[in-house]
Amino acid sequence: MNLKGKRVLALGERDGVNGAAIEACVRSAGADVLYVETQCFV
Amino acid sequence: MSYPIVTAVANVLAHSPGLVRYGSRTSRDLARDPALVATIAPHLRTYPEAVGYGPTQVYIGNADPEALRTASRPWFATPDPTARSDGAFGEVIGEAELLGLLKLCDRARLVQLDEATLARARDGLVARALASTEEFHALAPSPEAGIARAVGSGEALPLVLDDKVVGAVARGHEEDEALTAGVLLENLVAKATGVLALRRLFAQLEGRLAPGDLDFVLAGSEEAVGDRYQRGGGNLAKAIAEQVGVKRASGFDIKAFCASTLYGVFNAAALIQAGVFSRVAVVAGGSLAKLGMKYRAHVARGMPILEDVVAGIAILVEDARSGKDRGPAIRLDTVGFHGAGAESSQQAVIEALVLGPLAKAGYRLTDVDRYATEMHNPEITEPAGSGDVPLGNYRLIAALGAMRGHIPRDGIQDFIVRYGLPGYAPTQGHIASAVCYLGHAVQSMRAGNVGRVLFMAKGSLFLGRMTQLSDGVSFLVTT
Repeated sequence: MNLKGKRVLALGERDGVNGAAIEACVRSAGADVLYVETQCFV
Repeated sequence: MSYPIVTAVANVLAHSPGLVRYGSRTSRDLARDPALVATIAPHLRTYPEAVGYGPTQVYIGNADPEALRTASRPWFATPDPTARSDGAFGEVIGEAELLGLLKLCDRARLVQLDEATLARARDGLVARALASTEEFHALAPSPEAGIARAVGSGEALPLVLDDKVVGAVARGHEEDEALTAGVLLENLVAKATGVLALRRLFAQLEGRLAPGDLDFVLAGSEEAVGDRYQRGGGNLAKAIAEQVGVKRASGFDIKAFCASTLYGVFNAAALIQAGVFSRVAVVAGGSLAKLGMKYRAHVARGMPILEDVVAGIAILVEDARSGKDRGPAIRLDTVGFHGAGAESSQQAVIEALVLGPLAKAGYRLTDVDRYATEMHNPEITEPAGSGDVPLGNYRLIAALGAMRGHIPRDGIQDFIVRYGLPGYAPTQGHIASAVCYLGHAVQSMRAGNVGRVLFMAKGSLFLGRMTQLSDGVSFLVTT
C-alpha cells in the first residue's frame, strides 16, 4: 500500500499495536497523520 | 539477602447480575433504550452457573489454571453443578450477600434493603463466617413503601434481586456530581468487595492473625471516592480497614489504573523492607463500571453475559522473620518499571517489564518458571474482538526472548505453553492484571512445583487524557 500523501486516522490498541507506533510507521511511509488514539479493551 | 514474603492471598467474587445494569456500557445503552433490560435478562447467569464456571473455580483456587487448557470450550456451556463456592484461597458470594455487605458498609445511611433480603444476606454471610449476627442486628430493614418512594423520587437507584426491587441507594448531595447515587454505588461496591476479600483473608489465617495485628493497609481499587472539591480524594483503604476491624492500622490508596494493585504489593514489601512496618495488607475491591462491559458481543452471540461478577483481592505481606516457610519472597531487587521517558510501544513496555527484572536478577527468560501478566478470560474478550489478551502478551514476551537469543526462533509456541498460563480472570482490570495469580503462585511454591514467577501488570494511563504514556510494574516472586 502506498501511503505517501494519504491522510491517516491512527487507532491503536494497548495490548497490540498502539496508536503512537502506527503513527510512527505510517509517517515514515509519507502519510499525513491527522488523529492518533490508543484504546484499552480490558 | 531476605525480602518480605507473601503469606496469604484471598480471591473473592460477588455474583451481581442485578448490578449489570449499572455497568458503564450497559447504563449508557439503557439510558438510550430502557427496553434493553428485557434483552439482557435472559443472558444473566444464575448463581450456580457462575460458581460452576471453570474460570471461577480457577480464580478461587479450586482448580489449577492449567486445567482450562484441556477443558472443552465454550467453558460456560459446561458449568460443574457440584462446584463449591468456597475455594482453597477464595469465595464466591451470591447477590443477596453482596447487597447485605453494601448495607453493612454504608456509613452514610444511603442504602435501604428490605427485611427479607437483609435476612438472606445475614444468613449467607454468617454461614460463611464472613459477618456476625450482631453486625446485622444493628441494621434496620426498610419498608417496601420507603424503598419505592426513594426510587420514585428519581434521587435513588433501585437495587434488584431476582427481578424484584429489594432496596435503593440514595444520592449523597443535591448538586455534587461526585456524590450521585451512581457514583456512591460504584464506591460502595468497591468498598464492600474489598471488605469481603480482607475478611476472607483473615478467615484463612485460622487464628494466627487477627485484624488488630495489621500494621498498615494499602488499597489498589479502581474507584474514585471523593466529593466535588476533590474527586478521587481517596483512602478507601482506611474505610475498608475500619469495616474489617483493623483497629490500630491506617492506610492509603495507590492509583495507577490497572497496575494499582501490583504497585501496592511492591510498596507493601518496600515499607516492610525499610523497617517502617512488619505486616501490611494490600486490598482491592471490584469495579462496578466494568460489569457487562462486553455485553453487546455476548448477547449478539447468544452467550451468557460473563461480566456479571465483581472481584476482590487481599494479600498479606509480612517480614520474612515471621517465618520464611510461610510464603515466597517479593524480590525488591528486581522491580521493573516503564520509565516516563521510555517509548510506549509494546516492545518497549515488555522490554522494561520483563527483561528489566530478569537482567537485575541475572536470569534468562527460561530461568523463570511462570509469567503472570494480563490474565483476562479469553471467553469474555474474544467475542468482542479483543482477542486472547494473555496469549498476546505471552507471544510478545516469547518474541522478545527469541530476538535476544534466550529461546530459539521456532520455540515461541513451546514457550507460551510451558511458561504461560490460560486467562481465567473476569475483566476487572486491576485484579486480572497479574495479581490474581499470586494465590496460585503461593500454593505452587509451597508444594515445591514452582520456584520463580515474574508478575507484570500494565496500566493504560493514556485513557485519562493526561498523557499518551502506558505504564506498568513488575517483579519476581521466588521461593
